Amino acid sequence: MTGLRALVPFLPVAALAIALPFTGNDYWAVIGTRAAIYWVLVAGLNLVVGFGGQLAIGWVALLTVGAYTASVLVASAAWPIYMALAAAAGLGAVSGVVVGLPALRLRTFYFAMATLGFATIVTQVALAWESVTGGGIGVSGPAFPAPFDTAWGFYALCAVAAALCTWMTVNVGDSRFGRALVAIRDAEVAAEATGISKPALLVTVFLFAGATAGVAGGLFATLQSYITPDAFTFDLSVLFFIAILIGGRGSIIGPLLGTILLTVLPEFAAPLVAWSTFLYAALLGVIVLVMPGGIANLLDFRGRKPLESNRAIVPRPALLGEFLNHTTAEASIRLAGVALGFGAVRAIDGLDLVIRPGEVHGLIGPNGSGKTTTLNVISGFNRPDTGSLRLGAHPLPAGMPQTRARLGIARTFQTPRLIGEASLLENVMIGGTIEGRATFGETLVSLPRHRRDERVLRDAAMLALRTVGLESLAEARADRLQHSELRFMEIARALMLRPAFLLLDEPAAGLSPDEIRRLGELIAAIAARGTGVLLVEHHADLIFDICDHVTVLNLGRELAAGTPADIRAHQEVVSAYLGG
Amino acid sequence: MLSAILASGLAVGAVYALIGVTYNVMFSASRVMSFTAGQLGMLGGVFGALFISRLGLPGVVGFALTLAACALVGVITEIVAVRPVLGRLEQHLYVLSTLAFALMIQQFTAIEWSTEPQPFPRLFGIGSGGPFDEKFWLPLLACAAVIVGLELLYRRTLVGRAFLAIAEDNFAARALGLPERNLRIASFALAGVIGGLAGFAGGELLLANFANGGVLNFYGFVPVALGGLGNSRGAVVGGLALGVFQQAANFTVGGVFASVAVFVVFIVVLLAAPSGLFGPQQARRV
Repeated sequence: MTGLRALVPFLPVAALAIALPFTGNDYWAVIGTRAAIYWVLVAGLNLVVGFGGQLAIGWVALLTVGAYTASVLVASAAWPIYMALAAAAGLGAVSGVVVGLPALRLRTFYFAMATLGFATIVTQVALAWESVTGGGIGVSGPAFPAPFDTAWGFYALCAVAAALCTWMTVNVGDSRFGRALVAIRDAEVAAEATGISKPALLVTVFLFAGATAGVAGGLFATLQSYITPDAFTFDLSVLFFIAILIGGRGSIIGPLLGTILLTVLPEFAAPLVAWSTFLYAALLGVIVLVMPGGIANLLDFRGRKPLESNRAIVPRPALLGEFLNHTTAEASIRLAGVALGFGAVRAIDGLDLVIRPGEVHGLIGPNGSGKTTTLNVISGFNRPDTGSLRLGAHPLPAGMPQTRARLGIARTFQTPRLIGEASLLENVMIGGTIEGRATFGETLVSLPRHRRDERVLRDAAMLALRTVGLESLAEARADRLQHSELRFMEIARALMLRPAFLLLDEPAAGLSPDEIRRLGELIAAIAARGTGVLLVEHHADLIFDICDHVTVLNLGRELAAGTPADIRAHQEVVSAYLGG
Repeated sequence: MLSAILASGLAVGAVYALIGVTYNVMFSASRVMSFTAGQLGMLGGVFGALFISRLGLPGVVGFALTLAACALVGVITEIVAVRPVLGRLEQHLYVLSTLAFALMIQQFTAIEWSTEPQPFPRLFGIGSGGPFDEKFWLPLLACAAVIVGLELLYRRTLVGRAFLAIAEDNFAARALGLPERNLRIASFALAGVIGGLAGFAGGELLLANFANGGVLNFYGFVPVALGGLGNSRGAVVGGLALGVFQQAANFTVGGVFASVAVFVVFIVVLLAAPSGLFGPQQARRV
């Protein structure tokens, strides 16, 4: 979806928001304002939780920071309210990064706990720092000048802020940043292999989510007109977090509906107010166990359309010219004396290997002989204990997978790594993430460079899909495809990097004989365009058909190396591995 | 003052250590970190006050009923929040399912019991508030009992060895015919007992308060995270150290500083060593 079309699902909500003042009931103004303020925070948090999959459950801390910043600056330092709000956004952004930093290294539960701990501490500091925050007595919230000093005026202001946040997050969600976040969540390994820098991306998003939470805090303080630490209970954190999960991960309309639902629901059933957090928690349990997709999944009609059965993958190698035209002779990848052990097991035990541009280099051997480990060493997922790894004259940094994409080294995986909820096209677009030029800020407000990025990426991804023969499935959800189709999808994603080297980890596993033959033609055509291919495979026929050079591994060592004809004639290989 | 710091610090620390052990017992059987660990500690205090003070049961009966009730909560956790997500591909779902269940426990307690801390009954009436008051040594006694008990269980009994086998290599244990599911239920019951014991023994110190759940969740997790998952020795040492540090800071510079310091240490150590100081190496990813 591009541009305005992406905003269509939000029209009913917008209509509702515009219609609300016609009730003339100030009570509804307050509820509508509260929903809008919550959404300003949740919109940002949604990028962290829903897209990035980082379980930040203590986000109320940032609402607290924003609320106190705005209130104290207006009440004690007599700042103008708009400047105070800007300061709240700034401090919120900084705090967002402070809370978020642990996510760069900690696993899910640890990170969740860290955000919880942060929330506790912010409340304690607010209580104890009496000279500034007024301690338990509190401080009065900032008041807006006319025309925002009435219930409906303030509602209008908050609704506009909420609409702005919706628009910005839709822009991000539908950009290479949004897709990269989801890739970190669902296919982190593939994200690294396509050169996505998790730290840079997460820090950016934490900055943004912290800023919106800070603004929400300032508005919240105005709405409350007086704030004490009691106003920022953990229940609010729960509400924000659960609104996102009820709405559905990786969606924007879903969490928006979730936020409105959770804000409004208790108003309809006064006896339930005491039980609201209990019910939210129960709802969370049900969502997690019964419908992990949330509201967004219910609304996803497109994803339920039946796919054509009896479909065949017919690659078009002729289109490769659009991606690959390595005219000049390029450098080779060279491994010398590489060794790597896992505990007592020597996975690779002194291996020399050269992958030349324009050649298909086959790597075969029994299970456990070190084929995939070799591929992992080249692509940076494993760090060798000893030995050297070079691309031409330059050493390849060991153990740093996210550096490979920029060097033109792409790979696929033994088990396809994909984002099930995203379309095939979006999955392939991830491959070109590092090609984008627009910054996060440009994307937020949809400047021309962002729109051009998206157009270029989309066209390239479509071309890649046509090349591997999957263009008819471009809009289908990836988790509905067959295994063989996902293998070709991974190749399409790798092609997005216009790779100088392509590392394929058992691409023919699970393919039919016909598909293997077409795969072979495609790989051979890729090499003919000047790309160096490393092919880890078990299908001996495929190896002997298309390889220029074959290395046979056994127990982490080279058993034999040479042309396919040499290997076929090699006595040890034939008896140990090929049978004959 | 030093004796007061040590007495209350070690007592609180023993409760943290026991909650840490609760985390570990659940984790080793299921590879799941459960948000219910702290809630079990909270329930130990609330059930104790409910059975003994409110219903007037004798102390021994109240104690036994408390442990039984907490064991039951442990088993329900396994059935409701752990088993359904174990087979799922997305491994972090358990964070959400146990969080949901823990919140339900906490909210239910807040509404049906009280949102204010309630007194916990005097059990023996030994000591009069000094450093040797029962409220200070009961948690330590409970902690020692649990350590000795677990050691005997794991080293001397067949069931205990089966627990260890499951913790070491789940697949191999199942291939050998161990009833993995029953053992998992049993260890969640055991975790319930340990958590309940922590809350009961620390009841006179921490009172019967629904809000203890969240506090114990965090401070019980800190020693586990720093010591490395599944490392109960680390959890005990870390828990006691944490308690003493916290109380020392409380007495000298105020509680806020203590909280901030604990949090900063927690984050900094974990950033430097994400699997804890004595934890295992990261698993293979590709």
